Amino acid sequence: MTVTDDVPVGNSAPRSGEPLVELVDVQKWYGGLHVLQDINLSVGRGEVVVVIGPSGSGKSTLCRTINRLEPIDSGQILVDGAALPQEGKALARHRADVGMVFQSFNLFAHKTILQNVALGPIKVRKQAKDAAEAHARELLDRVGVAHQADKYPAQLSGGQQQRVAIARALAMEPKVMLFDEPTSALDPEMIKEVLDVMVDLAERGMTMIVVTHEMGFARTAANRVVFMADGRILETADPETFFTHPESDRARDFLGKILKH
Amino acid sequence: MEDVFSNFDLVLKAFWLTVQLAFLSGVAAMLLGTLLAAMRVGPVAVLRGVASTYVTLVRNTPLLVMCVFVFVASPNLGLFVDTPFLLKGTIAISLYTAPFVAEAIRSGINAVPVGQAEAARAIGMTFAQNMRHVVLPQAFRATVPPLASTLIAMTKNTSVVAVFGLTEATARMRDFVNDNADDTIAIFLVFALGYIILVELISLAALGLERHWKAAR
Ligand SMILES: Nc1ncnc2c1ncn2[C@@H]1O[C@H](COP(=O)(O)OP(=O)(O)OP(=O)(O)O)[C@@H](O)[C@H]1O
Ligand SMILES: [Mg+2]
Repeated sequence: MTVTDDVPVGNSAPRSGEPLVELVDVQKWYGGLHVLQDINLSVGRGEVVVVIGPSGSGKSTLCRTINRLEPIDSGQILVDGAALPQEGKALARHRADVGMVFQSFNLFAHKTILQNVALGPIKVRKQAKDAAEAHARELLDRVGVAHQADKYPAQLSGGQQQRVAIARALAMEPKVMLFDEPTSALDPEMIKEVLDVMVDLAERGMTMIVVTHEMGFARTAANRVVFMADGRILETADPETFFTHPESDRARDFLGKILKH
Repeated sequence: MEDVFSNFDLVLKAFWLTVQLAFLSGVAAMLLGTLLAAMRVGPVAVLRGVASTYVTLVRNTPLLVMCVFVFVASPNLGLFVDTPFLLKGTIAISLYTAPFVAEAIRSGINAVPVGQAEAARAIGMTFAQNMRHVVLPQAFRATVPPLASTLIAMTKNTSVVAVFGLTEATARMRDFVNDNADDTIAIFLVFALGYIILVELISLAALGLERHWKAAR
């Protein structure tokens, strides 16, 4: 991993006590299914929160409501003190400030790696092409795929694609980054290269909400672990406490299952 | 026989009009069709309704009806009164072809994985930017074969305006046959060959695009 400098990224230098993302009494239904129930969560600047829980517990949905890829039915979501806008230009602007990394990478298949990273800054942030591409190359270098800049996504390994996806999100200089199971579509030997990039990001002070079952990452980088089941947050604790002394039966049961792997 | 070949400049002139009609209508139909497709997948309910009504209405109406509307009926409404025939033909054919283009593009849009549009939204692109830079360029790739069929059908459909006083290839062929009944077969072959050449050009262009895009991945 090439670490080019130690400057904190984005505008989210650690300043604890000041919440950057706040969810207040959030409720969401899919038809009759209550997928998010009474969700209250506050994430401070520079904080790294890992969300963990069984399949179908609503982790992805939670992640996606924060940049309003999914609308909520009631409650409130604030990012940097402002409520999420409805559809339209204001929402697009909000999304530009919230980076998102998907399980399936979702790199733009018809664009080169460099274009993938520079597209948002050019079209959304209206940066000059040269400046955007120069910055994109720096980011690609930082995530260790600079030499692939002119290839297309399909020509890269999964781990490389996911690192490019992280660079693409970082290029927007987001205030917070959301990760939805960023390593679960990867072969085991590629997981570490992606987690290394994420740990580096955490160390630089990026505010992160990460859905993952990688306990190693949670232990190294997370300030807090949030455990979800059936659409509710059942437990919130620091990683050490959560992994060694989970409070609820659901959490103990769940940890028992993933530890066996 | 004499007549077709000694007056070959008339054949070429007629096909030149057919080419103009096909080209202008093709461009207009592509633009309108893309707009209709974007409206149909867009976030504004009213536009979705308008687009799908237009597509349903026009797709289920014969081309001849559209031509009668543009050439004969619309001047009664004060529309297209002093419009030149070539432009009227272009309007009729492109209005008729646009829904087919729209449906081809919409199927192409549906073939683009949802994750692509989602990733574009996640970096803050507006719907228009998302369409322009991410979804449509990928949709067009999946759309080349059905679009080529649509444009081929459209090229042949330009013959309908022969009825409305435009001396394009089919109208010229009719004139030749009327004057030289003995040479019917030869005349038919000459004009059929003309259409085959035009259609093959579209097929070749489509094939070229597909090759080009395959290489770029
Ligand atoms: N678009 C949708 N329409 C209807 N139901 C949905 C939709 N998306 C998710 N669900 C349901 O909502 C619940 C929560 O889904 P979600 O994807 O948030 O879970 P998750 O915790 O991310 O699970 P996993 O670990 O499998 O990714 C599940 O029961 C799921 O089936
Ligand atoms: Mg999920």
